[in-house]
Order: sequence, then C-alpha cells, then structure tokens
Amino acid sequence: MKIDSINNGVVIDHIRAGKGMELYHFLNLDHMDCSIALIKNAPSQKMGKKDIIKIDTELDLDLDILGYIDPNVTINVIKDSVCVEKIHPQLPERLTNIIQCKNPRCITSVEQEIPHIFKLTDRKNGEYRCIYCESKAKN
Amino acid sequence: MRSLIDIIDLTVEEIDELIATANDIIANPDKYAEKCKRKKLATLFFEPSTRTRLSFESAMLELGGSVIGFSGANNSSAAKGESVSDTVRTVGCYADIIAMRHPKEGAPMIASMRSPVPIINAGDGGHNHPTQTLADLLTIHREKGRFDHLTVGLCGDLKFGRTVHSLIHALSRYEGVQFVMISPDELKVPEYIIQELEKEGIPYTETRSLEEAMPTLDILYMTRVQQERFFNEADYIRLKDSYILTPDKLETAKSSLSILHPLPRVNEISVAVDNDPRACYFKQVSNGKYIRMALILKLLEVE
Repeated sequence: MKIDSINNGVVIDHIRAGKGMELYHFLNLDHMDCSIALIKNAPSQKMGKKDIIKIDTELDLDLDILGYIDPNVTINVIKDSVCVEKIHPQLPERLTNIIQCKNPRCITSVEQEIPHIFKLTDRKNGEYRCIYCESKAKN
Repeated sequence: MRSLIDIIDLTVEEIDELIATANDIIANPDKYAEKCKRKKLATLFFEPSTRTRLSFESAMLELGGSVIGFSGANNSSAAKGESVSDTVRTVGCYADIIAMRHPKEGAPMIASMRSPVPIINAGDGGHNHPTQTLADLLTIHREKGRFDHLTVGLCGDLKFGRTVHSLIHALSRYEGVQFVMISPDELKVPEYIIQELEKEGIPYTETRSLEEAMPTLDILYMTRVQQERFFNEADYIRLKDSYILTPDKLETAKSSLSILHPLPRVNEISVAVDNDPRACYFKQVSNGKYIRMALILKLLEVE
C-alpha cells in the first residue's frame, strides 16, 4: 500500500495496532480539512503490526492526549520533506478534560462545569485517579 | 489560606502541633474561651450528621465564636439546584470558616477551590473524614502517648468505612505501625489501599476472625456496618451482625488495649463493654471537640 510522503506536517508512528482510530478521534482530526492518512495494521519490524497517522499540515498536537492513549508512539515533525524532530511523549502527570470520572458518587457527576482532572498515581501501570474522589480511571 | 480536605494534607509535624494545642485546650480551657470572638463558623451539612455538626458547633462556641448553617440538603439552596461552588462563595461572604459535609465524594475539594474562606471537610460520602481521624489520633495519643510501634486492629466495614481509610493513611506515616484488618470478605479494605501499604512496605494482615486477632492488638478500632452504603438490603442484614464486640471476646485482649469507635454504634459493641476501662469511644467524642477547636484556630491563624 502506497501513501505519498508529506512535505510539512506530522507523522504519528508506532501506534499500537488498533489504537489509530481512537487517537484520530481524540485529536479531533475528523474536524480538519487537510489531507490525513490513517494506516491500519502496517507491517512493523519492531511491533509486528502498527498503525500510523500522517497529517499534511503543521499543527500543535496535544502531547498529553497522545501520551495517555499510547505512550509508545513516535511523533515525527516534517519540514520540507525532512524529519526535523522526533518526539516521544510520556504519560502526563495530569489529564484535564480528557477522560471523565465514572464514579456515580463523585461530585463531578452532579456539579456543572468543573474540569474532570485525573492525576497519574502509578506510572509503571499507567494508573490514573480522579483528583476529587480518587477513583481509578476506567478505559 | 489553608483548608483541610484529606488527612494527608497535614504533615506529621502539623498533626503533632494540633495535638499539642488540643492537649493545652483540655488543660487550660479558659485561655481559649475568647480566641474566636466575633468569628463565625458555617456548618454546611448537605447530608445530616447530628454528632459531627454538634461537635463543630460546640468547638466554635467554646472558642467564643458563633455558628450559622444548615443540616440536610432539603433545607439548603442545594434543593433549588445551586452548585456547591456557588453555595460556598455565598456563605464565604458571611462566615470566616466553613465545615462541610456532602454525600458526593470530592465536594469539599471543589468547595476549597472556590471558597474565599477555609473549608473543613466534615465527611464526603464514603471518601474522607479527616476531623474524625484527628479525633482518633488525639485519642490514641492520649491513651498510648505515641503513634509509633502499635498494632492496630480495624474491624467491621473496612470497604465503605471512610474513617478507617483515613486512619490507615494517617498512621501509615509512623514507624513500626502494623495493621490487622478484620472484616467479612464482602467488606474488605479496598484494593488501592492495600496496594499503597504494599508499596510503602507497611505490614498488614487480613482476617475474618476478631477472636484470632484480639491478643495481638494495641488498638481495636470498631466500625459500624452502615446501611446507607449498601445497594442491597439483604446484604446489609446478612452482614451487620458479623462483628460484635462483647466482654467474652475481650478476655484474650491485652490489658493495655484501647477500644475506639467513631460512633454512632448500632450493636457492634455490646453496652456491657462500656464500663471496661479499655473502652475509649466516649473519650473519643470529647477529644473530637478539642481537636476541632485546635483545627479551627490553626486554619483561622489565630495565635
């Protein structure tokens, strides 16, 4: 399968196979009008299979979202058809309004317009807890 | 401006300082009788709790301050749909400090983010109840003279019992403390607390038998199996009588044991135990008032 390389933009590589569409939605790429390619199940020496997203425009990606959804991705920043920067996002310390608390006893279930904030409580296991009720985030 | 939302907001040194102040209040009550003159405490109890509310109100009155507030969401602006944030912003215009109880977990934290005056969490659902923990700590300190090297038995509802969770957090910070968790399988301590204990290397054991644990304990912290924490009445009826403390169960206990209970009790401690010198639960109520006085002074920065 051949997809043209991009001149100025971003390539999100090494996405765990099957996670590409989730990332696509979380990054709101469906609202953009530039060329975007989502490649699923591309062969990978390192991973066996991987997903890739190519975005043919310069943009600021939310690294917190990327780190949370799949901390193993590589972000390649392309300028004049050359990769000028490789970014490896980390699991962010805090997530604000990315996920919602599912605990029905949490104040966020009734109080309007308060940010849903989660903090990283266990980096090894990628565990986040709601800052208000301390419930574990459910994927 | 400080609030108290979770017991771990206080350092070990700050807890020591509160305990020292509470002990001084007990020894010299007259010295504190006008410390909060012209100050107002608002007790915002979105969920009824007579005893905690009266403890806060007594604390403020004994400091020479006054008290406003409501009890029960039906008697408050919450019944009209007002948010917690708006309620505390409004009440913060009248009062110098707010004690809040709310059925939703995290409500006092939201309040502290929005309020112009200090917030004291007086219980948020099944989550935190730091001033009960301070009352427990003052009682343990007055009975034992220390917090370190104690074997602490926690008995009853360890799953929903917020006082238990806060006490574990608070005592975990002292050297040589070990926990014995005594509960039916259905009401065991939540997994995240167990994980924290394991991460910190704090020794604990879990058992279903109160009799088996009894001889090892320095502190026995009894809790009520609360009906309002159950979704299913049949489960409540089946489990509520599981762990009842009676004089015969105390026969194998140390003579230096201290029996604590956050109260109110239903039947988990037999009335026959009340006259045992090891029963400390009514002293705990009294200590609760004194430590709340110390806390109000601290948060209002009254010298």
